[in-house]
Amino acid sequence: MKVTIDGQEIEVEAGTTILQAARMIGGESVPPAMCYYSKLKGSGGKCRCCLVEVAKGSDADPRPMPKLMASCVTGCMDGMEVNSKQSDRVREARQSVTEFLLINHPLDCPVCDQAGECDLQDLSFEHGKSKTRFIEEKRTFEPEDIGPNIQLHMNRCILCQRCVQVADQLTDNRVHGVMDRGDHANISTCISKAIDNEFSGNMIDVCPVGALTDKTFRFKSRVWFNKPYNAHRECTTPGCCGKTTVWMFGDEIQRVTGRKDVYHEVEEFICNSCRFEHKDPSDWVIEGPREFDKDSVINQNNYTQKLDTVHIATEEGILKGREQDRKKISMPAIPLDKEQEEIFKKGNL
Amino acid sequence: MERTHYKQEINMTETLMSRINELISHYPEDKRKSALLPVLHEVQDAHENWLSYELMDKVAEILHILPVEVYEVVTFYTMYNTKPVGKYMFEFCQTSPCCLKGTEDLMDYTCEKLGVKVGETTADGLFEVRGVECLGACGYAPMMQLGDFYKEHLTEDKIDQLITDCRDNKIILHDK
Amino acid sequence: MSRKILLDKINVPGIKTYEVYRKEGGYASVEKAMKAMTPDEVVEEVKKSGLRGRGGAGFPAGMKWSFIDKKSGKPRHLVCNADESEPGTFKDRYLMEFIPHLLIEGMITSSFALGANLSYIYIRGEYMWVYKILEKAIAEAKAAGWLGKNILGTGYDLELYVHCGAGAYICGEETALIESLEGKRGNPRIKPPFPAVSGLWANPTVVNNVETIASVPWIVNNSGDEYAAIGIGRSTGTKLISASGHVKNPGVYEIELGLSVYEFMNSDEYLGGMSSDRPLKALVPGGSSVPILPADLIYKTANGEDRLMTYESLSDGGFATGSMLGSGGFIVYNDTSCIVRNTWNFSRFYHHESCGQCTPCREGTGWLEKVLWRIENGQGREEDIDLLWSIQSKIEGNTICPLGDAASWPVAAAIRHFRDEFEYHVRFPEKIKNRNHFVEEPFAQVKHLVTKQTV
Repeated sequence: MKVTIDGQEIEVEAGTTILQAARMIGGESVPPAMCYYSKLKGSGGKCRCCLVEVAKGSDADPRPMPKLMASCVTGCMDGMEVNSKQSDRVREARQSVTEFLLINHPLDCPVCDQAGECDLQDLSFEHGKSKTRFIEEKRTFEPEDIGPNIQLHMNRCILCQRCVQVADQLTDNRVHGVMDRGDHANISTCISKAIDNEFSGNMIDVCPVGALTDKTFRFKSRVWFNKPYNAHRECTTPGCCGKTTVWMFGDEIQRVTGRKDVYHEVEEFICNSCRFEHKDPSDWVIEGPREFDKDSVINQNNYTQKLDTVHIATEEGILKGREQDRKKISMPAIPLDKEQEEIFKKGNL
Repeated sequence: MERTHYKQEINMTETLMSRINELISHYPEDKRKSALLPVLHEVQDAHENWLSYELMDKVAEILHILPVEVYEVVTFYTMYNTKPVGKYMFEFCQTSPCCLKGTEDLMDYTCEKLGVKVGETTADGLFEVRGVECLGACGYAPMMQLGDFYKEHLTEDKIDQLITDCRDNKIILHDK
Repeated sequence: MSRKILLDKINVPGIKTYEVYRKEGGYASVEKAMKAMTPDEVVEEVKKSGLRGRGGAGFPAGMKWSFIDKKSGKPRHLVCNADESEPGTFKDRYLMEFIPHLLIEGMITSSFALGANLSYIYIRGEYMWVYKILEKAIAEAKAAGWLGKNILGTGYDLELYVHCGAGAYICGEETALIESLEGKRGNPRIKPPFPAVSGLWANPTVVNNVETIASVPWIVNNSGDEYAAIGIGRSTGTKLISASGHVKNPGVYEIELGLSVYEFMNSDEYLGGMSSDRPLKALVPGGSSVPILPADLIYKTANGEDRLMTYESLSDGGFATGSMLGSGGFIVYNDTSCIVRNTWNFSRFYHHESCGQCTPCREGTGWLEKVLWRIENGQGREEDIDLLWSIQSKIEGNTICPLGDAASWPVAAAIRHFRDEFEYHVRFPEKIKNRNHFVEEPFAQVKHLVTKQTV
């Protein structure tokens, strides 16, 4: 089947959604997705960020679709023509959704652990406005403790329901779900049960915002100060691949996550033991630095990008900071040569 | 959101259980979960019109589903109560067509008469006044739901009478 | 007197009971359909009748039936949507309460046409006493052999049950209703797949409104053509209208589509005019979701034609000067009612009833309500009116189900036709402190305060 998205043609198999086709093309036309997750069945359709305009239904029925369609749940038809970023209507709709997502979302990025790798941050960077029209009081929820490893911060939740799907599809005894309805719908266990299944930590990885964060990493570091490395270990948990990204600060592993691809989706799910209990570098075989493809706050000082040098005439070097800090923060060259690897294992590069 | 826990005496009587089993039989054998809404109604009616988490767990067990699936449903629908409520719940319809006929004034009157605010229960636990959304009786406004029944074309006199009847135990809440 | 199809026998004493209903010719359509017709012929008759879904959207019922997937070999279901919750609408309840067997008969005939062997009536939980009435009626019908195995010796089996909801307007949306029937939260599903292909328990399912199904027996007994002869153009047959608000005789009326709005409002057979000598101010002709009409657009359309009670005439002029027949919830306002307050009230309703699944509706409905509440309470700002317009336009069309549209339209229409009332609220907060502000001083008397003047 042939589909055209923003003027770019691609051949896809039957059953492919518009979003998947756009991802095959890549680049600017890929709609943002806050709730769709290719590894979770039944996800998508809810956040309405990925709306696209179908200008031509198919070769058989060329009529345009009157409403904007959620690209993550709309299947491609042969000869379909789709406008994504190209269309004003689509851009406007995405701006609207972004505004709606933000009206009740706390603007607490400076203290949120997700900041830097937050999909909502990226979305508002692209589609948001710097001013709000919402002068009402923001909605808040009572905090709930869901166990020693995962921090639930309901005020930040955008109800993508990915975490519920993780619990449904990866674990057998789901204890949390969506409670109440309307704008007071919330993720909860209702009776404050700890979510302690071996795979529950994946809820953190799939959460697009800072609603579910890693308690063992809480307030330890801004994510962009960590150096991510691909690492693996022999994991004995059935179903766990043992392949992770470890986030290091100096010689300390501050956080372990799944390996996330360009769309912030983990490649494979990992178990809680890998995630929360193995923070010693000797537990892991380090493969090398983790590359980021997607442009976002987190890779602004990444080695893969050529950075513009900023010249501020006032005080020479004031932005560069202290020599010893810069060593910790900046990225090493890849791949590490033998000597560097040795140094790395011992501590600072 | 963490919720307050209330204690409740659970009493799954034989009549209740046989009604539940009858309801379950209305659905294909592997679709027991479908009976959830009607079963919750029956269970709630038999337990002073509210459902504790223990009671919901019990329902989950009967229907072979996870407790959280019951919580999700109970909190979604407005007719289920998760904490103790007044025995006689005056649920006034406060959607526009009823308001045109003076529901708001009547609610104020009732609240004043009972000495409560909307959403509160009287100290003796007998009465509770609530404002709910459209009950589908717009042409017979002002009206309210009391138990399984509607009281329509309400006036202040009728409210007085209803309160007296409730106190005298003359009101039937459920038709079982 | 106009023709009655549904409420023809409503005044027969004891029509609630099986015996009387049967004596009055009830269940004839089941006999006719099963003995003299094939299922496809029944579908064909319904198609010919031009009967349109009476729940609000007005989609042709016969067409909907013909979409049901018969090839897959999966069991099929018919679900009757009796989750009547649209503010202003209370017709289905009337039908079920006073002539329950008509619905049961319609369910049996329709299930036969669709080849469904297990059907449900989904009734809203608040109608608990009606639920009991229907259960009793089903038991009577079953005892008389109209339900169960091998009905009338034709080899056709049908089980029919009532299922009750528990207080959620959204369950009136067909896919949310199916979710709710499966014992889940009433979150609408993403379409496609449509219920006709994958509905209840992933089986092909048709969901129809009570009134639609109750019209089927007459169509089968007489003929699709005869039904189509009633009404005008594509608005065929009769329609139940639930009238409420400031009219003399509120209640449920059966009208032939094509009756003029003027006659319906003023003739003694129907509403008998306004309830008092206060003049007519506005009308919501089809339930809270449809745009409100100002007095000058009620009896006449924008180009001066008589406004008729048909799908087409009521929507004449699009949303700029028209509205919709919707579910037939006819709400009449006199000049004591405040449009801002009414719009806020509807917005509160949609805010309360939003399922919370998709972003624009979850966040937008609450925002609309909050802004409207401020305006109604004298804390509005001039720019809030444009803000409301902007919010509603951002919700509309961007949601999973039509609830988002339903929440937007009343706000849009109120601003479109009654903008000066919003301005009055913003500019004269001290005058609107009392919630009955227009009772003593109707808007017509103060309108000059916000009228633009050229000097």
